[in-house]
Amino acid sequence: MSETQVWALVFVALSFGVYIYIAWRSRVRETKGFFVAEQNVPAVANGAAVAADWMSAASFISMAGLIAFLGSDGSIYLMGWTGGYVLLALLLAPYLRKWGKFTVPEFVGDRFSETVRSVAAVVAIIVSFTYVVGQMAGGGIVFARFLEIPQAGGVAIAAAVIFTYAVFGGMKGITWTQVAQYTVLIVAYLIPAWAVANTMTGIPIPQVSFGQILAELNELQAEFGLDQYTQAFTARPQIDVFLVTMALMIGTAGLPHVIIRFYTTKSVRGSRWSALWALVFIALLYTTAPAVGAFTKFNLLDGVQGQAVDALPQWVQNWQATGLVSVSETSETVNSVTNNAAVFAAGDADLLVNNDILVLASPEIAGLPAPIVGLVAAGGLAAAMSTAAGLLLVISSSVSHDLYFRYVDHHASEARRLGVSRIAMGLAVLVAIYFGINPPAFVAQVVAFAFGLAASTFFPILVLGVFWKRANATGAVSGMIAGLAFTATYMIYTLEVFGTSANPHILGISPEGIGTIGAVVNLVVTVVVSLATRPPSEEVQEMVEQIRYPSEREETHA
Amino acid sequence: MSDDVVTPEGGPPPAGGEGNGWRKEYWRKNLRLMVVLLIVWFAVSFGCGIIFVEQLNQVVIAGFPLGFWFAQQGSIYTFIVLILVYAVRMDRLDREYGVHERNHDGGLT
Repeated sequence: MSETQVWALVFVALSFGVYIYIAWRSRVRETKGFFVAEQNVPAVANGAAVAADWMSAASFISMAGLIAFLGSDGSIYLMGWTGGYVLLALLLAPYLRKWGKFTVPEFVGDRFSETVRSVAAVVAIIVSFTYVVGQMAGGGIVFARFLEIPQAGGVAIAAAVIFTYAVFGGMKGITWTQVAQYTVLIVAYLIPAWAVANTMTGIPIPQVSFGQILAELNELQAEFGLDQYTQAFTARPQIDVFLVTMALMIGTAGLPHVIIRFYTTKSVRGSRWSALWALVFIALLYTTAPAVGAFTKFNLLDGVQGQAVDALPQWVQNWQATGLVSVSETSETVNSVTNNAAVFAAGDADLLVNNDILVLASPEIAGLPAPIVGLVAAGGLAAAMSTAAGLLLVISSSVSHDLYFRYVDHHASEARRLGVSRIAMGLAVLVAIYFGINPPAFVAQVVAFAFGLAASTFFPILVLGVFWKRANATGAVSGMIAGLAFTATYMIYTLEVFGTSANPHILGISPEGIGTIGAVVNLVVTVVVSLATRPPSEEVQEMVEQIRYPSEREETHA
Repeated sequence: MSDDVVTPEGGPPPAGGEGNGWRKEYWRKNLRLMVVLLIVWFAVSFGCGIIFVEQLNQVVIAGFPLGFWFAQQGSIYTFIVLILVYAVRMDRLDREYGVHERNHDGGLT
């Protein structure tokens, strides 16, 4: 066992110990604890939990690498995955918290109809499964690399730990472990970033200092025959950058596992402040990631440029074992680098680097000591596990609370409800393990499709449900189905899934960006159909009226 | 989104016999704040970061082409400020209309 492996093992074991301890401390006996953590989480803690829930394996492991290869257009992820919090804070979180029950489908059930609730529950399950796959696979990559445990075994170990705290503690256990996981992942992300920034520019604040290397990086890219790093729209056309950014933003605000995190605050006010804390915590990583991307790209290009293939830096050799870095057999010196396996296979590049390793290997690429490399392993796992747990809760609550008890077991006792919810959680973990071991495509991409689906189904009807009393059930069902069908059809049309062939993009719009148009389709259909049919009942309109005010008006108010 | 559906009669008892006029006023102020903040949200992220990014890139500050900086840094800082302004202003609005919650939680206090 190498020194880095020992350190990785120490940090991973330590952090897992903490998670299990927290799980034991926060086990629950009631469904209110299991689904919404007793609605008793302080705003700052809830903000940290949102941040961990939100920042997935893709944010931690893949994003900086993606940005490094996309250059300026990496902004789609940076803006897309943060801007949605403005929408969430202003349009949804306070109102859904005021309404104050357990799940997102339950809200649309109360606001529209029971049919809408069932459709929403099924969509929530599909979206969450799409998303959880990436988390499981991401966890497996970390295990495979740092501990040399096969990916399948790694996925199983991570899932076993999640199983322990999610099944016993439900939302309460998940919330408090997420607070711990946020701490682990942000420390693991920032320390190497500070160190790299300091080594390269003498200024230890990466957000400020990566400006210093951009001009040189642009020159270096030119020597490799790549586009300028700071040049916009090299990776995607402008219209697609716009649509993908928007799809990621409204998808963020429509993802059930993010929304339910705002059900757990103590008050409406708490949900607003908790959105602020969440974005502050998220921004710590998201403003650092583009710096890590630029620094690592610089180091990568600088380190391998013109080197003979047998004289490459040590990290290349280390990572070749995992298959995440490959050197062309026909090349003698390295003059071109790609992250595209097809380009590499065609013999058009000397070095193939997978996006995922840029963060995992950045401490090694910058020559940082072994304990820091080990810490990154624990951070990557924390990011993957915290998001997976949040998603599994959505799946479990949709299956039990929104479907099973309504269709199968109407009169279940409180104890029975808790038991069934735990079984649903257990089963969800098992399915997630299977997909984690057999992931369909690479991490960040899988996640991007979940956003398109959430954007085109949930977001429009939730916002209309809060802000437009006239929106009715027929409108919402039609809108949701139209948005989903439109988005899914275009994704299947442009991607090779289910054995279909990939067709070219229409007007340069990628499958990641189509969710924006799907959301517009949903909105228009909901409005038109609502206006053509009868308005919702007075009780429903009164409910919408009620969720607009944080509390009853004070009697003594002048 | 218009909201001119008539509020049904028989809601919760209005405070101090003033009628429900305060509700409309509170809601209108909330919507106005929201729309202003969303305009800024759009202008900074989609405006500076995407639509006018190439023009802004002509200006370079501390090594950063300005459009590139908005796209990868500035927009995120702006988002934080927007939510901060919203949370502070809504706290004030809630108190002004007496609909604030009495179980103090949240924020910096």
